[in-house]
Amino acid sequence: MLSVHSIYEKRRRPLDGFIHGIIYVCASISILLLAGIVIYVAYHGLSSIHWSFLVTVPSAVKGTFGIAGNIVNTLYIIFITLIISVPLGVGAAIYLNEYAKPGKLVNLIEFTTETLSGIPSIIFGLFGYVFFGQTLKLGYSILTGALTLAIMVLPLITRNTQEALKSVPDSYRSGALGIGATKWYMIRTILLPSAMPGIITGIILSIGRIVGESAALLFTAGSGYLLPKLGKYGEGLFQKILQPGGTLTIQLYLSMEKGEYEAAFGIALVLLVLVFGINRLTKYLAHRLDVNK
Amino acid sequence: MKDKSYSIIGSYKTKNTVEKAAGVIFIVCALFAVLAVFSITIYMIISGTPAIFEVGLKEILFGTVWKPTAAEPRFGILYVILTSIVGTFFAILIGVPIGLMTAVFLAETAPKRLAGIVRPAVELLAGIPSVVYGLLGILVLNPAVYKMEIALFKDDPTHQFTGGSNLISAVLVLAIMILPTVINISESSLRAVPAHYKQASLALGATHIQTIFKVLIPAAKSGIVTAVVLGVGRAIGEAMAISLVAGNGVNFPLLFNSVRFLTTAVVSEMSYAADTHKKVLFTIGLVLFIFIILINLILNKVMKGGNKDAVRS
Repeated sequence: MLSVHSIYEKRRRPLDGFIHGIIYVCASISILLLAGIVIYVAYHGLSSIHWSFLVTVPSAVKGTFGIAGNIVNTLYIIFITLIISVPLGVGAAIYLNEYAKPGKLVNLIEFTTETLSGIPSIIFGLFGYVFFGQTLKLGYSILTGALTLAIMVLPLITRNTQEALKSVPDSYRSGALGIGATKWYMIRTILLPSAMPGIITGIILSIGRIVGESAALLFTAGSGYLLPKLGKYGEGLFQKILQPGGTLTIQLYLSMEKGEYEAAFGIALVLLVLVFGINRLTKYLAHRLDVNK
Repeated sequence: MKDKSYSIIGSYKTKNTVEKAAGVIFIVCALFAVLAVFSITIYMIISGTPAIFEVGLKEILFGTVWKPTAAEPRFGILYVILTSIVGTFFAILIGVPIGLMTAVFLAETAPKRLAGIVRPAVELLAGIPSVVYGLLGILVLNPAVYKMEIALFKDDPTHQFTGGSNLISAVLVLAIMILPTVINISESSLRAVPAHYKQASLALGATHIQTIFKVLIPAAKSGIVTAVVLGVGRAIGEAMAISLVAGNGVNFPLLFNSVRFLTTAVVSEMSYAADTHKKVLFTIGLVLFIFIILINLILNKVMKGGNKDAVRS
């Protein structure tokens, strides 16, 4: 008798089930790791977070330990870094997408941008320490740190802006140029507004990178933890730029080194909340500002 | 009423200047990336080479004794280099299979709703600052590894106990840290495989698993290789997460030895090093930089061969 096989008669391959199992095990490892990390940090960090932890600075006299100074330093570094890197990054993207003709120069720029995003932060740290700190004599200061980080986040901003510019339809360009706008006018009034979601996404991703950065800041921005002194006319706020200042991650590292794990977990939780917030914000903005929908 | 009349050629001159200036400004912006990479390269070479002339290339690269502050200082970094290579290798060995399988899970086998929860979670994992991984490494991994160490070596009087701060702990931290990179890029390259590949394979009677491993993964090969190379880059360049987890002794990279990586060597001694010692630390930085440039060149080759857009998104 001829053996008749029906297509409904599924042949079971034991190996398939086994591999399915492996896939599920690996996926659960990844998921459990993430959940474990978040829960562990939240569990241990919650107890050390209270109001005075967030609004005071470490002081032996008053016996307080707080991270207000580090939060202010982080804000300083984010602000100065972005002021430098956003115009450069956006400008570079405009050049690459709107002005450049394919050729050796564009290849070189794209290759270096790619390389820049692959260089580990410790190398940026060493470079910033030697170049900005010693050659330009800025020493350990917030400015040194911000300049170093500006180079580091440059590729992020360039790439995101470039992607956004690429997604602006060509008809916008020909339309604007066709009714007599000059190129710069077209870029300023048509392209940049249309590409804004991408640019903002790049900026927020950069903020995330800056908040989490530590190795590049250890030898550049140093580890100060005091709040800026206001001074008579608020000039202290500007002097702070040339003084050392450790961000939250640096303070976390230093606390960890000294074995002050309670404070370390507090900072870790603050960082996780920030990272989570930044992540949500990126998603929300990318969704909300998507002009092509 | 002269100034109220507009001419289409009237402002031609100013417009022309503004246009030209804009063009020049943008090209200057674009050249900053080139300038940055060149100056980083030059500065790494300038600050990394003096020690080579002072101590000797052979002594630095192939010496195994690291005693920078002794009366007769020795600056051998062979073990440090080996640790970085071995540590990265093991991290890839652990992280890539798990990451690739998770990517397969997300792209193919997961129920849609579950994938919708897991994918953003993985993205979040990528954003967690490296020091936080370090903190968890110290408080969770190190004690666990120490228990393992006690169980394994309790009858071995020659073993130097590390308290769990050893190569295994560092490798595990690195493996976890490269997971998001591997998962994200592998998943998007799996998704970028044209749908008719899968349809054809299933229509020929292959099972889903056969299709995944015989059709989809080979088709997404270049993206997966990119993921691995990026993972290598991330693992070899990571400093802060492992600097307190690896134990920081300069030893041959055996699993239960306290070890020092290229990155952690720089981080741990930079603050107090002076003279030749400091110069050697910059040489270590230079060695790391050379590794990274090599990885970048490989990456550039791989990406040119494959689908670049799938990798970027």
